[in-house]
Amino acid sequence: MDNLLSIITFTPLIAAVILGLFLRGDDAAAQKNAKWLALIATGATFLVSLFVLVGFDPSDTGFQFVEERQWLMGLTYKMGVDGISVLFVMLTTFLMPITIGACWNVTHRVKEYMIMFLVLETLMLGVFCALDMILFYLFFEGGLIPMFLIIGIWGGKERIYATFKFFLYTFLGSVLMLVAMVAMYIDAGTTDIPTLLTHQFSAGDIVIGGKTIVGGMQTLMWLAFFASFAVKMPMWPVHTWLPDAHVQAPTAGSVVLAAILLKMGGYGFLRFSLPMFPVASDIWAPLVFWLSAIAIVYTSLVALAQEDMKKLIAYSSVAHMGYVTMGVFAANQQGVDGAIFQMISHGFISGALFLCVGVIYDRMHTREIDAYGGLVNRMPAYALIFMLFTMANVGLPGTSGFIGEFLTLAGIFQVNTWVAAVAALGVILSAGYALWLYRRVVFGDLIKESLRTISDMGLRERAMFAPLVAMTLLLGVYPALVTDIIGPSVEALIANYETALIEAEAAVRLAQN
Amino acid sequence: MEKIILFAPLIGSILCGFGYKMIGEKAAMWLTTIMVFLAMVFSWVVFVGFDGETRQIELFRFIESGTLSVDWAIRVDRLTAIMLIVVTTVSAFVHLYSFGYMAHDDNWREGESYKPRFFAYLSFFTFTMLALVTADNIVQLFFGWEGVGVASYLLIGFYYRKPSANAAAIKAFVVNRVGDFGFLLGIFAIYFLADSTRFEDIFAAAPAIAETQMTFLNGTWNAADVIGVLLFIGAMGKSAQLLLHTWLPDAMEGPTPVSALIHAATMVTAGVFLICRMSPIMEFAPNAQAMIVFVGALTAFFAATVGLVQNDIKRVIAYSTCSQLGYMFVAVGVGVYSAAMFHLLTHAFFKALLFLGAGSVIHAMHHEQDLRNYGGLRKKIPYTFWAMMIGTLAITGVGIPLTHIGFAGFLSKDAIIESAWGGHAYLAFWALVIAAAMTSFYSWRLMFMTFWGEARGDRHTHEHAHESPLNMLVPLGVLSVGAVFAGMMWYSDFFGDHDQVNRFYGIPSHEAVAEAGHGDDIHGADVAHAFAMPGEGALYMAPDNHAMDNAHHAPQWVKAAPFMAMLAGFFVAFTFYIQSPDLPGRTARMFRPLYLFLLNKWYFDELFDAILVTPARNIGRALWKGGDGSIIDGGINGLAMGIVPFFTRVAGRIQSGYLFHYAFAMVIGIAVFITWMMLAGGAQ
Repeated sequence: MDNLLSIITFTPLIAAVILGLFLRGDDAAAQKNAKWLALIATGATFLVSLFVLVGFDPSDTGFQFVEERQWLMGLTYKMGVDGISVLFVMLTTFLMPITIGACWNVTHRVKEYMIMFLVLETLMLGVFCALDMILFYLFFEGGLIPMFLIIGIWGGKERIYATFKFFLYTFLGSVLMLVAMVAMYIDAGTTDIPTLLTHQFSAGDIVIGGKTIVGGMQTLMWLAFFASFAVKMPMWPVHTWLPDAHVQAPTAGSVVLAAILLKMGGYGFLRFSLPMFPVASDIWAPLVFWLSAIAIVYTSLVALAQEDMKKLIAYSSVAHMGYVTMGVFAANQQGVDGAIFQMISHGFISGALFLCVGVIYDRMHTREIDAYGGLVNRMPAYALIFMLFTMANVGLPGTSGFIGEFLTLAGIFQVNTWVAAVAALGVILSAGYALWLYRRVVFGDLIKESLRTISDMGLRERAMFAPLVAMTLLLGVYPALVTDIIGPSVEALIANYETALIEAEAAVRLAQN
Repeated sequence: MEKIILFAPLIGSILCGFGYKMIGEKAAMWLTTIMVFLAMVFSWVVFVGFDGETRQIELFRFIESGTLSVDWAIRVDRLTAIMLIVVTTVSAFVHLYSFGYMAHDDNWREGESYKPRFFAYLSFFTFTMLALVTADNIVQLFFGWEGVGVASYLLIGFYYRKPSANAAAIKAFVVNRVGDFGFLLGIFAIYFLADSTRFEDIFAAAPAIAETQMTFLNGTWNAADVIGVLLFIGAMGKSAQLLLHTWLPDAMEGPTPVSALIHAATMVTAGVFLICRMSPIMEFAPNAQAMIVFVGALTAFFAATVGLVQNDIKRVIAYSTCSQLGYMFVAVGVGVYSAAMFHLLTHAFFKALLFLGAGSVIHAMHHEQDLRNYGGLRKKIPYTFWAMMIGTLAITGVGIPLTHIGFAGFLSKDAIIESAWGGHAYLAFWALVIAAAMTSFYSWRLMFMTFWGEARGDRHTHEHAHESPLNMLVPLGVLSVGAVFAGMMWYSDFFGDHDQVNRFYGIPSHEAVAEAGHGDDIHGADVAHAFAMPGEGALYMAPDNHAMDNAHHAPQWVKAAPFMAMLAGFFVAFTFYIQSPDLPGRTARMFRPLYLFLLNKWYFDELFDAILVTPARNIGRALWKGGDGSIIDGGINGLAMGIVPFFTRVAGRIQSGYLFHYAFAMVIGIAVFITWMMLAGGAQ
């Protein structure tokens, strides 16, 4: 099984090709076949990916399951996972079958819809597995195209505006990232990520147009990558595309967007920014801290004022991603462990919350909070599930939401107590907006005429939530499942980071003497 | 056995909540009740058989990240043992009581099964509360802390159709979260300084922490003070101390058994427990202690004044709870943790008794809660009357002055007031004495208005007033026994002389340490040799902490003061409500502004709404429309208008052209890059 990662990555693509070539017609039977094929393909991908999890040796901090072969035009195709990326692969394969399940009621161009999700899965898995910079870039940017299409074709009324905004933000970032990659290639002479991780990019101050740039090359490259990853996270103030994209996206699109696509930015910070540009990371960390802290407070306040369920959850996502960026650049074990944990956990929780919106959107075709109220009277099972994930979103101990927040805050507290204190305000505000949302949608008497006949969740919907419930509680009570896998790799990452900083400082001192 | 105590309520809760359709409502309710009674029996076994030796029982791993290593584990020491009996005993009898109280409820429609849900919540609460008190590290304690918060949220909002119940539930949760904000930062500070979250390690590190200065926010402070203040902010939320108290009166929206269990006897005392648990840190944090005394005394006073004029029977008792918690904090603040725990224990009995008694009155009066509509109920519900009477005698502190004979509150409350004197907190002492007079007044006012005088309000309701069923009266009887005897029974353990108290808490006595001969290992002054080190035993009192001894040697008038205050309160109440019933109305008219000020609870709700809640919503809206909308999006759109036309021209499509631009630009970029790499001969 030398090419396990390739098998996982391309199984969905193959299924997409089969769908595209062989499935004809658009009648009910064809639609059903398309959905089942997609479900089987993503399910099979998940099962195969379990081999990666089982075969993964956490104590080895290097890359595992590495595949390397020459590709076209002298490029290298190289895949592999380490403790930092392996769980993102698992998260993706785990969530995709659930996502397909969420598409079951779609009737508009089903075949194409399924193809989009399958292609998207391949591209997302590629991002987390790629060990070559060019390959990474292809997957990273390519992954947005199916997402654009999902929103642009299957989205709501304002879908064109939303896609446009989404495009505009990400485009600017990725151009800068590409430039930085070129510069890295010039400097290091390779696009191989493991090699780049050990390469020391020059951090001596440089002068451009009379202005001194502290951190030199590293700063410039760091900023270029930052532009791209910050948009993907998204960080404040480049987050405004996210609420619009979520509101317009169909349920399944929102799930993937929140649960997996947002994690690519955080993964990028951990794979590129922190280890490759340690000096610049150190210089710019305070900026990230404050942007994160502002994001948490700002977006939580904005969430309080929302009238659209999806927008509210989207803003809450931005706040939760604030903990991630803060934790990454705290650059200590708790911070980085917490950041990864937060991303994994947010994958389950935000995915589930968007599914919760989807459940009632399917029935009532509105996301307006005011259109609901008193659902508990007719939908007790739904009320229970929604309550669980509301609490998880609030970061209640015993759910996975707590661990990530706790660790990242513990990490940042050691670096800067002010940032920790401001970010911890999110603890109060998140309770406010989440419970207020829940109260308006679920509690109260059922008085709206339109809701009189609303039905509780069916078997398919319960089956979609079951694995998410299980993971949220399991990781909340026994988070060692995750930290055991990521721990050693993170430890190595931090150790390298600190060594690099010390060496850079020594180099500066040497230069001064 | 400890594992059974902890998990039996959880199992009961899960089986009842999810399985009641299979096993039937009745069976599900009995299941939870039996489970909690089981936990109660075992708890008493643990308490009585406890030998003073701290034990830890490892369960399994929890959070591990670098040096941060947290396990799920049970810690059994005297503090835990005390809390175990308090929690399980009250919970068990509240379960039993709920069979009667919840039997019929007009808030639900025909055929709705709300009872299993209620019992499942109650048992879930019991589990989380037990998790809190048995925690072996501060993170696990926080788990329990938040767990009881959720249980409280669910139970306050139990009548989910009532808007007021929903609002109260959210308020309780969010206000508690304000406290948790401080608690969390306190945990981080502890981890940062002690490099561990286990109590053992924290206690061992306490002397070193006391020597440390840490930078927190803008200043440099003594580390122990920082931790102490932050943890106390957490305690203020959970224990409804001034500024964070506003949720507790509103929490009375929940069914009355909930008020008795959660909002009187157990959950709200968690803050006191937390500070007692952290006594090794608190002893080194004089500024934090001063703050605790100040806030505690102020709360005791404030809540008592508000209690004087409330008309809802449950709200009177709620403010009384708030006030009594203030007493406990004063004791903690002056360093007499044992007195605080003593009052916590006795208060659990008599306050649960008062609440359940009030519930019985409400039950009898068809859910009428306004004191002004009661009157003359003594004959109609005699058992309830006597139970309430015992509760009132206990809370007001009736006993024989200068002896150790009296109702539970007499011994424990007086212990606190003497401790305040002994700790040289004279202002707090006077505040507590005055509050004791007011306690007596409002408690007797409640009794007089309910059970004496003419029947007021709806005549039909009064005619049909009936005594509660046996399953409600038995808990009243059991708790009455506690309210009468708990004080006398445990006085010497909690507030006897030094050696007795030390033995009770498993604190090694002077000789034992000297004999053990590791005096040389203990650094510090020679004096320290004779005293226990932090972490030995369940409480720690610094060598220079003489508050308890001072309290024992307080002047006679100090010891008699609370009794006098109690008498004064009683006579005023008697004059107002028995002798000349028109006096309250006239007084209220005469001091109308003061009356309104008290009736409106010092306007804290209005104040917080004006300066916190409304601004938060408005700022949120402003940031959304202004920040996100005008500034950020406005800027981006402006930029876009410049760039986009250029690209649209290139691709020649207007509608969805940007998608292709994206792919196009990416492909072009890659192509250029690769071409250049090949020309430069880069990649191999």
